[in-house]
Amino acid sequence: MANMSLKKVPIPEQDPKVRSRNFDEVALGYTEEMAIEEAKRCLNCKHKPCVSGCPVNVRISEFIALIAEGKFEEAYEKILETNSLPAVCGRVCPQETQCEARCVRAIKGESVAIGRLERFAADWAMKNTKRKYKDIPKNGKKVAIVGSGPAGLSCAGDLIKMGYDVTIFEAFHMPGGVLVYGIPEFRLPKSLVQEEINGLLEQGVEIKTNMVIGKVLTIDELFEEGYSAVFIGSGAGLPVFMRIPGENLNGVYSANEFLTRINLMKAYREDAETPIMRGKLVAVVGGGNVAMDAARSALRLGAEKVYIIYRRSEAEMPARLEEVHHAKEEGIIFKLLTNPVRIIGDEKGWVKGIECIEMELGEPDASGRRRPVPKPGSEHVIDVDTVIMAIGTSPNPLIRSATPDLATNKWGCIEADEETGRTSKEGVFAGGDAVTGAATVILAMGAGKKAAKAIDEYIKSKNV
Amino acid sequence: MYRIVRKEVLNPQVKLLEIEAPYVARKAEPGQFIILRVDKDGERIPLTIADYDREKGTVTIIFQEVGASTMKLGQLNEGDSLQDFCGPLGVASHFEGVKRAAVIGGGLGTAIAYPQAKKLHNMGVSVDVITGFRNKDLIILEKEMAAVSDRLFVTTDDGSNGTKGFVSDILKKLLEEGAAYDVVIAIGPPIMMKVVCDVTRPYGIKTIVSLNPIMIDGTGMCGGCRVTVGGQTKFACVDGPDFDGHQVDFNELMRRLSMYKDFETASVERHKCRLEGVANG
Repeated sequence: MANMSLKKVPIPEQDPKVRSRNFDEVALGYTEEMAIEEAKRCLNCKHKPCVSGCPVNVRISEFIALIAEGKFEEAYEKILETNSLPAVCGRVCPQETQCEARCVRAIKGESVAIGRLERFAADWAMKNTKRKYKDIPKNGKKVAIVGSGPAGLSCAGDLIKMGYDVTIFEAFHMPGGVLVYGIPEFRLPKSLVQEEINGLLEQGVEIKTNMVIGKVLTIDELFEEGYSAVFIGSGAGLPVFMRIPGENLNGVYSANEFLTRINLMKAYREDAETPIMRGKLVAVVGGGNVAMDAARSALRLGAEKVYIIYRRSEAEMPARLEEVHHAKEEGIIFKLLTNPVRIIGDEKGWVKGIECIEMELGEPDASGRRRPVPKPGSEHVIDVDTVIMAIGTSPNPLIRSATPDLATNKWGCIEADEETGRTSKEGVFAGGDAVTGAATVILAMGAGKKAAKAIDEYIKSKNV
Repeated sequence: MYRIVRKEVLNPQVKLLEIEAPYVARKAEPGQFIILRVDKDGERIPLTIADYDREKGTVTIIFQEVGASTMKLGQLNEGDSLQDFCGPLGVASHFEGVKRAAVIGGGLGTAIAYPQAKKLHNMGVSVDVITGFRNKDLIILEKEMAAVSDRLFVTTDDGSNGTKGFVSDILKKLLEEGAAYDVVIAIGPPIMMKVVCDVTRPYGIKTIVSLNPIMIDGTGMCGGCRVTVGGQTKFACVDGPDFDGHQVDFNELMRRLSMYKDFETASVERHKCRLEGVANG
């Protein structure tokens, strides 16, 4: 019998007061009973609009039906058919604008909690089963993947299943890309990312860390080393600053630096070797998920007050609703329609305040969002000792500067075909943020998947 | 893992490690740097490359024990391995068209100035090397520098080696005596580089400095290494580490380098406690 409740089964969470002082995961996940109850809300409708809302086309109603029957392992395997990182996607995908936005149940009431169920299946399988893999005959062809973030991992996951020898080159000392340096522990536990990566290693994917492609090896040298094709999934790692006075004062971080220190280098631990400033009054500039992550991390490091400073209104905020909601619950102060003008330092060059101006919304701009316009005379100073710039990132120029025959656009993004990832350079494919600029984990995974298919076709047709 | 094939103690605080890293050795050029981690929980430590041997596949680093992480690095011995060794990073130095050069090393900076002097010397450039140390016990690479220079001047702050003064004093004297350089390369503590730039400025001699700000990734990702050069913000890791010294805001650099001073002092104390604990236990 279908469960006709208009609301999702609530997911247990850590209390906001408690969690705002620790780095443990916020959402605790469904129990088996909760998962079955929620799974029964799915009507298993004929058109399955949810599937087309998913960049990797997870067989949503099929895996949910299996959960409803208590067949959790089978449900997990069903997801794995098209998605190599279910435990990650169940947590960080913006389901509310993808699969869940198209759910029939959302016409009246809340959609089925697809993300929570995906997470449940993945967590259950990780805890209760041992991964097993089919023996796949090797075809003797080698593919190189640059970057071990979501795009590279999903591309590797698909290629290894097709019989290729896959080597991932990672610049950092640890694989995972934004999943390990960017997204905080309280949203995506790192042990879980490691589990997913271990799965790839067990299947035979090789990961070479400390390899900055463009420096230690060029793309052409990868071909010389015998790789038949190269996939570039190097992300959008370059931080953007506002170019306002005071940005080089002590106590001003890019969100990238702040989060990398915390997530990759574990600077939140008392015994960590990598230092971090534990600000008492912290301003985070920006309104995306990264801004929410930085603000909530600053709070967990012991800040008394953390401000989000965003130049538009809440309606235009690019962050997921859930993240904004969590941030508010934890006590983050939102300064909306406010834009920094300069950062003020003390006599020793440390941040002591941020001067802002109030904004109002004018006509829509190129992005379709109403353009914020400063209100003259509304300048005011907020006392802070730390400022974190979370206004976006752009693709890293290392590869494009070392690969002159790789076409890029005016923003430095690699030009690649949307369906195949094919670039201007023969045998080179690209996907994820390196192509689109900063976007989501699941879009990058989708691009990695499409490229894997195209690489397979390319190698077979060229017989390279 | 990256094995240590040679270790030398150059002076009580400065050590040399030659490390097996064939990929890095193949591409390394003077002016570039590497990032290493001692062990699996280690900090990422950026160090400028002091030498490399493409045939042996090794890279040499020379470092001073200033914090807990470099102290740990200094305890490793031949045969031990480093957890991580990533590079070469940064832009290599360019010396096209140079005929006469002065290469200046201040303290540990001498280690980084050495490959530059060596490269210039091998290119047939006339090279004067000036190195400076606090006292004679701290002098490093004297033999090596002598082999790659036309003239070598070694000076000490206290005069204990027979020559008293700063590197900038020697340079000033040479310039006043009419020495003409196409380029001056100055590598050492920021204050030394700043003073050298002040000396060369009136002569209009191009002065290249190598900067070592705080950084995490070394690939342009964190932006922690930003420096102001000619009024513009640059990332030392991808735009440098070499810059036109006359354009660098050294005061800002020195201020930013002090950002974690308290943390470093505390971590050294913690580390010493642990070491002594081991010794006693």
